[in-house]
Amino acid sequence: MADKLIVSSSPHFRSGITTRKIMLDVIAALFPSVIAAVILFGPQALFLIAVSVFTCVASEYISRRIMKRENTIGDLSAVVTGILLAFNVPVGINPFALAFGGVAAIVVVKQMFGGIGQNFVNPALTARIILMSSFPSQMSTWAVPFYYLHQTDAMTTASPLNILKTGADGTMPTLLNMFVGVRAGCLGETCSVALILGGVYLVLRKVISPVIPVCYVGTAALISLIAGRNVAFDVLAGGLLLGAIFMATDYATSPITFRGKIVYAVGAGIITMLIRIYGALPEGVSFSIILMNIMVPHIERLTRPRAFGKERAKQ
Amino acid sequence: MELNFPAVPFRTHGGADVPHKKNTAHIESAVMPPPAQVVLPMQQHVGAPCAPLVKVGDAVAVGQKIADSKAFVSAPIHASVSGKVSAVRKVMLPGGQYTDALVIDSDGQMTPFSGIRPPVVETAEDLVAAARESGLVGLGGAGFPAHVKLKIPEGKHIDTLIVNVAECEPYITADHREALEDSWAVLSGVYMIRDLLHVDRVIIAVENNKPDVIAELKKIADNPERDPEDRVRVLALRARYPQGAEKVLVKACTDREIPIGKLPADVGCLVMNVTSVAFLAKYIKTGVPLVNKRVTIDGSAIANPQNVIDPIGTKIADVIAFTGGYKTEPKKMLMGGPMMGLALASDQLPILKQNNGILAFDEAEARLDEPTACIRCGRCVSGCPMQLIPTQLEQFSNAKNVPKLIEYDVMDCMECGTCVFNCPAGRPLVQAIRLGKAMVKAGGKK
Repeated sequence: MADKLIVSSSPHFRSGITTRKIMLDVIAALFPSVIAAVILFGPQALFLIAVSVFTCVASEYISRRIMKRENTIGDLSAVVTGILLAFNVPVGINPFALAFGGVAAIVVVKQMFGGIGQNFVNPALTARIILMSSFPSQMSTWAVPFYYLHQTDAMTTASPLNILKTGADGTMPTLLNMFVGVRAGCLGETCSVALILGGVYLVLRKVISPVIPVCYVGTAALISLIAGRNVAFDVLAGGLLLGAIFMATDYATSPITFRGKIVYAVGAGIITMLIRIYGALPEGVSFSIILMNIMVPHIERLTRPRAFGKERAKQ
Repeated sequence: MELNFPAVPFRTHGGADVPHKKNTAHIESAVMPPPAQVVLPMQQHVGAPCAPLVKVGDAVAVGQKIADSKAFVSAPIHASVSGKVSAVRKVMLPGGQYTDALVIDSDGQMTPFSGIRPPVVETAEDLVAAARESGLVGLGGAGFPAHVKLKIPEGKHIDTLIVNVAECEPYITADHREALEDSWAVLSGVYMIRDLLHVDRVIIAVENNKPDVIAELKKIADNPERDPEDRVRVLALRARYPQGAEKVLVKACTDREIPIGKLPADVGCLVMNVTSVAFLAKYIKTGVPLVNKRVTIDGSAIANPQNVIDPIGTKIADVIAFTGGYKTEPKKMLMGGPMMGLALASDQLPILKQNNGILAFDEAEARLDEPTACIRCGRCVSGCPMQLIPTQLEQFSNAKNVPKLIEYDVMDCMECGTCVFNCPAGRPLVQAIRLGKAMVKAGGKK
């Protein structure tokens, strides 16, 4: 006789997908870019990624302990934040400065607002902005790719967007070089092909919908075209692809409604190009995503789908 | 208005690719010998409970009406074995509520009741009356009295009969086997309802994971002799849960959207489960009321999964013993499928009229991970067939925010469980929504 049975409310089946599996997919999607970063910027790139990941995971573990909440490092979201933060700094950054950024991302932006899913801005991007304000010169000194293969120490150059904006010294890379990543920039943002590869993987694995990256990059490209700029350059330069594929698609800080995703991505594209064209800064991806992050609750409220069987609102 | 048959189903929203696990689809149903005892609860349907018509000690025969109610929304209950009424006692239904039940000790003879006569059915009213007398309830699992559905409200015209053979729940194959083993009864029922209710077209909707059913029913439905005007056709649906849910099914078959709080009849449709349709045809031919039911016995704890045709009221444990018993100790048992079925507290409960499956899970299959924090991935939103936002409804429900629950259309939720199935954090979304719906209902009474 079976009488010691579990009684629970339906459904009794689940798909088996977990937060951890999703984060593992994101880490796998970031892997080509990690390889690219190490090839372009040397072993120091790998060291910085390790420092960032370690700091983020340790910050999450310690802050959860102090708050007496259950340990969540097993969901691997702190690992993703760590990799993304390292992708957003130049190779010449002081590792301690990077670690400071990791603590800020996890403790201040994520855990103080309740942990995974509760932060209202992207932790890695906010930490990048904190680092840009705290260490402005370190955050805007760019090493020449493959510098580590040369004997000379200080091989720095201006980033392509900086050359465009301020006419700073430096040679503009070819579009092909920008596509494969041979240009000045943050660790993970330069190799477009690796980023696109990761993005395609995430779409195929259904971890992200292509709506946000496509609308974001598409809007930026359209504005670039209208403004008479070099469209391919604008798409490949700066952190647009890294931002559109890996940062703007962050679950916690992007809309959950379909139409909301479109509004959000188009908005980010517009702000990015406004900053690039008119702003004092050469690059605007971080700020545009953060600004749109803040608008997400309003976007979601205004883009709620019509429930099945509900009459269309009278116009 | 000229009605066409869609070549492919219309677009429906969301859903989930649940594992099919139709292990029993190609195994002939076994017929169970009469059990020693049956237990017949007075409430095996949506609506008013029945009152017994027999006393303890009375002799009863198979098909004899033993309980009925004067209420319209109710269905009479018939003896499923011959023998003697030995007790009236309280039993707990799977939903947790208690009801009286008649216990019949079988004499093993299965003597048919002498009063059984095929009903005379010539009009729509006759059909409603016959359906009432037959004790038929929706055999897809809902248990809604069939005659209530068949009574078309004054001034409404049903142009489309949809026969539901979607059977989108994992494991369950009772309708699948019915359609194969009783395909002629299915089609006779279809023609009968079509002619009596003057329906313009009949769509037999089958998920495309059942090619044998599609082929079998097409063979008869596309027969020009039986259906000269070609008003009956089989439509292959995409095998995607919850394709068989009434609102989703009507949308897939007709592109019509049933408004919130309305019924298929409000958009000119009548949806009937395939086993119900076949039963009506058999009842009108023989007069034998609903006394047995094909039930899928499956799950990781079952030794020999198969469909069993058993007398209603047979103890679940007896049916499982008949199939060969448990393979391992069951940790969870379900009445119905894994997506919408009810978890049972014990295998001593009887098989009810609307049961289509009894599943027994071993520990690994029964165990579900504890919920973790919502990561706002949006899978519940993109998967919701009703286009709701389950994660926000969960928050409103937890906050007991009734105005927000109403604003976000909580009552539109049909509790299909797709959101929970898809949730990587294992959030109890539909469970919270059920509470939210109860709060809205309670709030409306004040």
